[in-house]
Amino acid sequence: MHCLWCDEEQVPEVVWTTVLAPRKEKVVCEACASQFSVLQGSQCPRCARPMEKAEICSDCIRWQEQSAALKRNVSVYEYNNWMKDVIAKWKYRGDYVLVGLFKDQIVSSFTHAFPSKEAFLVPIPLSEERLAERGFNQALAIAECLDLPIEQALSRINSEKQSKKTRADRMRSTNPFQVILPIKQPVILVDDIYTTGRTLQFAAEALVREGCPRVEAFTLVRG
Amino acid sequence: MIFSMSMSFDWIPSPLTSVSSPHSSKLAGRLWLEANLPLSTEETADLIEKGLLTRVPALESNWWGRRCRRCGNTTERLIVPWPCGCGQTCHYCRSCIEMGRISSCTSFLLWTGADPDWHQHVDACAWTGQLTPFQQQGADRIVDTVENQGRLLVWAVCGAGKTEMLFPGLERALALGRRICLATPRSDVVRELKPRLQQAFPHVDIAALYGGSDDVDDGAQFIIATTHQLLKYARAFDMMIIDEVDAFPYHSDPKLHFAAARSLKRHASLIYLTATPRFSLKASSYLKKLPTVFVPERYHGHPLPVPRFLAAFDTKASFPKNQLPKTFNDWLHQKKNEKRRVIVFVPTIKMAETLAAILDGAVYVHSEDAERKEKVQQFRDKEISLLITTTILERGVTFPSIDVAVIDAGHLVFDEAALVQIAGRAGRSAADPYGDVVFFHSGKSSAMVRAREAIQDMNRRARKEKR
Ligand SMILES: [Zn+2]
Ligand SMILES: [Zn+2]
Ligand SMILES: [Zn+2]
Repeated sequence: MHCLWCDEEQVPEVVWTTVLAPRKEKVVCEACASQFSVLQGSQCPRCARPMEKAEICSDCIRWQEQSAALKRNVSVYEYNNWMKDVIAKWKYRGDYVLVGLFKDQIVSSFTHAFPSKEAFLVPIPLSEERLAERGFNQALAIAECLDLPIEQALSRINSEKQSKKTRADRMRSTNPFQVILPIKQPVILVDDIYTTGRTLQFAAEALVREGCPRVEAFTLVRG
Repeated sequence: MIFSMSMSFDWIPSPLTSVSSPHSSKLAGRLWLEANLPLSTEETADLIEKGLLTRVPALESNWWGRRCRRCGNTTERLIVPWPCGCGQTCHYCRSCIEMGRISSCTSFLLWTGADPDWHQHVDACAWTGQLTPFQQQGADRIVDTVENQGRLLVWAVCGAGKTEMLFPGLERALALGRRICLATPRSDVVRELKPRLQQAFPHVDIAALYGGSDDVDDGAQFIIATTHQLLKYARAFDMMIIDEVDAFPYHSDPKLHFAAARSLKRHASLIYLTATPRFSLKASSYLKKLPTVFVPERYHGHPLPVPRFLAAFDTKASFPKNQLPKTFNDWLHQKKNEKRRVIVFVPTIKMAETLAAILDGAVYVHSEDAERKEKVQQFRDKEISLLITTTILERGVTFPSIDVAVIDAGHLVFDEAALVQIAGRAGRSAADPYGDVVFFHSGKSSAMVRAREAIQDMNRRARKEKR
């Protein structure tokens, strides 16, 4: 087995326990695996920002004043330099199979945070140009690691169309998303990075406006 | 130069039309992805329509498997299926993805108009220096190789003055209106060569290309590039020089061999330059399959310093006790008294740290050192008289007057080529052509013995041919 990231061949150590119960072959070598930093310790219960104490952070308090559509965000990894390189190769260079680096951790972090299976996964969509450029939507690739129904319920409002609107229209609709398939059940939005939370807030607002009772978010990296 | 399947470039189309265009020199000889073409969509469509640009699949599918036509990769685990944006399940190459993803549905656009007419330069070379007889011998063979479009190995010792030796051959190629590429594995060499060559050939359009370079190739007749840049070229050059052909990463990366072979035109001259050819080149040379010219003497006419072997069996034991191996300690003291400046090569970063600590915070450099350039400059400016380094300084850097030590010279990282290159750091200046080179070891390796023999062999050859 070659490491999915560095392509070094991994020679599995054979000890008597592995002979009796062969372990699952690892996708990533140990050296590379040790570079990923899974989020742990106290964090903001709403946005998963690492905090000294587990309390709602200032950003989330501010957001709540404007909109409370997004109930919380759960992230898997911390954003470090290593993650930056990995994301760059996966998302921008388009090395699709690198999602395999995260798959096991995505599944275990998700099932820990969302034990109930009563929700739809809605990946954040890319604009048509971005999708054509990259060939795949990284948010959808993350959602596909999970064992829940996926609905591509959102689309990005074309910025050209948006510019044809009147100024008043534009002021009302800074939200870049429109709902193409209303969902009347709980939704977990999926995206690769949570940075300011704006994108996910907009997506949540759009879904709630169309009758979605509860929106949470699951993101790969907490920026 | 071993490939899992034969290197065949039959898929590269020959010119389909004798029509030319002002774009020809910019577009010819490249593997273009549509997104990277320096043309508008309308211009592109027009050139395709006229047969000046032709689409060719980027990934080929054979009975034995797939191959990426950009990097030559055939390894199954690196050509993987994925749900492609085109709606199909395509395969893509992971090996060269840094240059943009190539999927089964991706095409290259190749120039199939008339070959560009490269300028025929009269007396292009402005250099007025004098070559030594050995350099002249090398230069003459290079000129021959340019004229008969053959291949040549220039086996020239460290400090032979390779660059000047190329000038007559380059001038000849330019007079014949050829397109030239000087490729090297190392980007610092590209940066160093560009100003020297531009000065020697002031009226020639020269582009220096490496990852992150300012220059772009918009149809330069003479390209100086890292071997990595060749991944973008196909049937582009009439003359290719590969400098330091044995250096990392070229020698160990089949992608780069594939790219270099593809970058040559069907009839072209190919010149390898090295002081330390690896096994496959050496073998072709001995078997007379590869014409070879030796340049066994340095430009200043003095023999290469022959390394001395000094036993230091206490190496492993002394470092943990914060001590230096005895023989090395004595040597270092002697150098201090003689006011000689020294470079100490060590096999690992860890040993560099340890040694620096024992020597009261001496300066050390390694490949992951962000301040590498500054530290080397400090040594060059004589602010420090001792520099500890891993093998990263084995090539390229030249300091006029130094002595050289290798600690644990029997270590695996010091192969024959590395040791010859390291020994070649000493005695570089005409004013001080001798230098002391010592391999400290706890049991000499065959690489050490072969390195010393190779150096002695060159010195012998120089003496013999001078008579
Ligand atoms: Zn790895
Ligand atoms: Zn490739
Ligand atoms: Zn496709």
